[in-house]
Amino acid sequence: MEQPRAGGYHGIPRWIYALAAAGALFVLLPLAAMAARVNWPQFIPLVTSESSLTALGLSLRTSAASTALCIVFGVPLALVLARSRFRGQQLLRAFVLLPLVLPPVVGGIALLYTFGRQGLLGRSLEAAGIQIAFSTTAVVLAQTFVALPFLVVSLEGALRTAGGRFEAVAATLGAGPTTVLRRVTVPLVLPGLASGAVLSFARSLGEFGATLTFAGSLQGVTRTLPLEIYLQRETDADAAVALSLVLVAVAVTVVGLTYRRQGQTDRGSAAPAGERLDGTQ
Amino acid sequence: MQATVDARGFDVGLDLAPGETVAIMGPNGAGKSTLLSVIAGLLRPDSGKAEIDGKVLFNLDGGASVWTAPHHRGTALLAQEPLLFPHLSALENVAFGPRSSGTAKKTARESARKWLAAVDAGELEARRPAELSGGQAQRVAVARALAANPEVLLLDEPMAALDIHAAPLLRRLLKKVLAGRRAIIITHDVLDALMLADRVIVLEGGRITEEGPTRQVLQRPRSRFAAGLSGLNLIPGTLTAAGIRTAEGLEVAGHQDEEAAPGGAGRPGVAAFPPSAVSVFLSDAHGSPRNSFRVTVTDLEQHGDQIRVRAGGMSADVTPAASADLGLVPGMNVYFVIKAAAVAVYPA
Repeated sequence: MEQPRAGGYHGIPRWIYALAAAGALFVLLPLAAMAARVNWPQFIPLVTSESSLTALGLSLRTSAASTALCIVFGVPLALVLARSRFRGQQLLRAFVLLPLVLPPVVGGIALLYTFGRQGLLGRSLEAAGIQIAFSTTAVVLAQTFVALPFLVVSLEGALRTAGGRFEAVAATLGAGPTTVLRRVTVPLVLPGLASGAVLSFARSLGEFGATLTFAGSLQGVTRTLPLEIYLQRETDADAAVALSLVLVAVAVTVVGLTYRRQGQTDRGSAAPAGERLDGTQ
Repeated sequence: MQATVDARGFDVGLDLAPGETVAIMGPNGAGKSTLLSVIAGLLRPDSGKAEIDGKVLFNLDGGASVWTAPHHRGTALLAQEPLLFPHLSALENVAFGPRSSGTAKKTARESARKWLAAVDAGELEARRPAELSGGQAQRVAVARALAANPEVLLLDEPMAALDIHAAPLLRRLLKKVLAGRRAIIITHDVLDALMLADRVIVLEGGRITEEGPTRQVLQRPRSRFAAGLSGLNLIPGTLTAAGIRTAEGLEVAGHQDEEAAPGGAGRPGVAAFPPSAVSVFLSDAHGSPRNSFRVTVTDLEQHGDQIRVRAGGMSADVTPAASADLGLVPGMNVYFVIKAAAVAVYPA
């Protein structure tokens, strides 16, 4: 149990520490239990098997693509939500954030009825010779769907914190809106944008439910690392555990990088809900 | 320019001659910053129109409304905080305006160096805003605003956030750069108005209550706010042959200015006198032409090496010794006596 730091009264009752410790253990213990089950002598061969490497490569590629899409659509969304005023703004924000609380499998079904062969847009795309469902593109779309809110939340918070005063000054100095965006707004919120992008990448990497529903599980095409782990668990528990550990390592790295960045700049807004929701499939 | 903002009870019209600097003064919430925001295009008024040298900034009267975006107005804004872009060096901050108007990078930097030198900040060009002191940052901000080559420079209390050592330096600098430049400066400091402005506008409750050349406004204030700035007591009333009569029927004798039109009796006027001209007595005094008012002391405070006695909406300055002799305390009834010769009376 921690002693109060010299010079500051924090008013936390002692029993709170006990509950906090239990909470921390609840998160750490399962990870430790999994690490204890790793077949270390076989670890390298297990994670470098052909199917593992294919899945890992696909995961990294699709997550990078999803993150790029999140930036392309998320930055404008965050700007519109943070800076302008219009009717239905609260409603738009609520809908953009919906994937945060939506079970990913529901997202997958929704995407299927949009881009699937019989879907809202899918029928026209099909006629144009473009098929999206059950392709690598579908993986990217599914991941973007669930990861977009993380970038929007992070960036909107950063934009609100930065405020509009620098932009106003820039405009009176003769800078048009696009110049202001490029030379003032984006540089000012870069830390928030970076942490949002990192969180989106992490969420994409862990995506399972929407991907399986909308893109299926085709090796080398749509079978990302989480899907590979789920599959391996049936046949080769050692491989599943080893690959899980790889994902844990990636997640820890990503979260570590994000929080270090925030500590340094004190700007970007955190979206810690992200890690909690990673396991809702 | 003329504009109204209904939500803030704002209704102001003003003209600015080329090369003229106007100081806007007034209590908090009077609409001073609203005025600058409207001119800069950061706030859209409900009605009104404005133009600079034939260029329409906005025209919201009549059918087709015109609204020029802030970046096309040529109205650089300098706020209380420097608001330097934290990710750019001092030089790049100053070069921002020229770059935005399409000047090549190299030319913009040369111009920025020139402006930095003009504000004695040449040696700071490589520094980030976080590495500058408050005074240095505000000097760089002045250079940045000037480098944008504005047609009107808008200054919103540029000295308010500076410590007392940095403010005089910036004031001297502004005096140098504002000479012959069209500018509007909001200030609470009568010294700024004296040194920097050709004309003073007093804004109260969203309306102009007084305007005129700086010297005249300070010497012959017509509003309570301006009288407070120049440290004068001001009693409003109606002009009479000998002075003025207040709404309560109090007669104040004084000497009329030559500029007061003869036969001005009956017109609204004010009587102004400095606190140093007021003597404090315990009993009513009679004699040579003088004014004597029975008042109740509300406050006593230190003012320089004198004690300022506030009573009946007026102030009197007495020596600490005199204050002790009279035994002055708040709530006491005393007589404020002012020689008629010390009271200036003029039309409001």
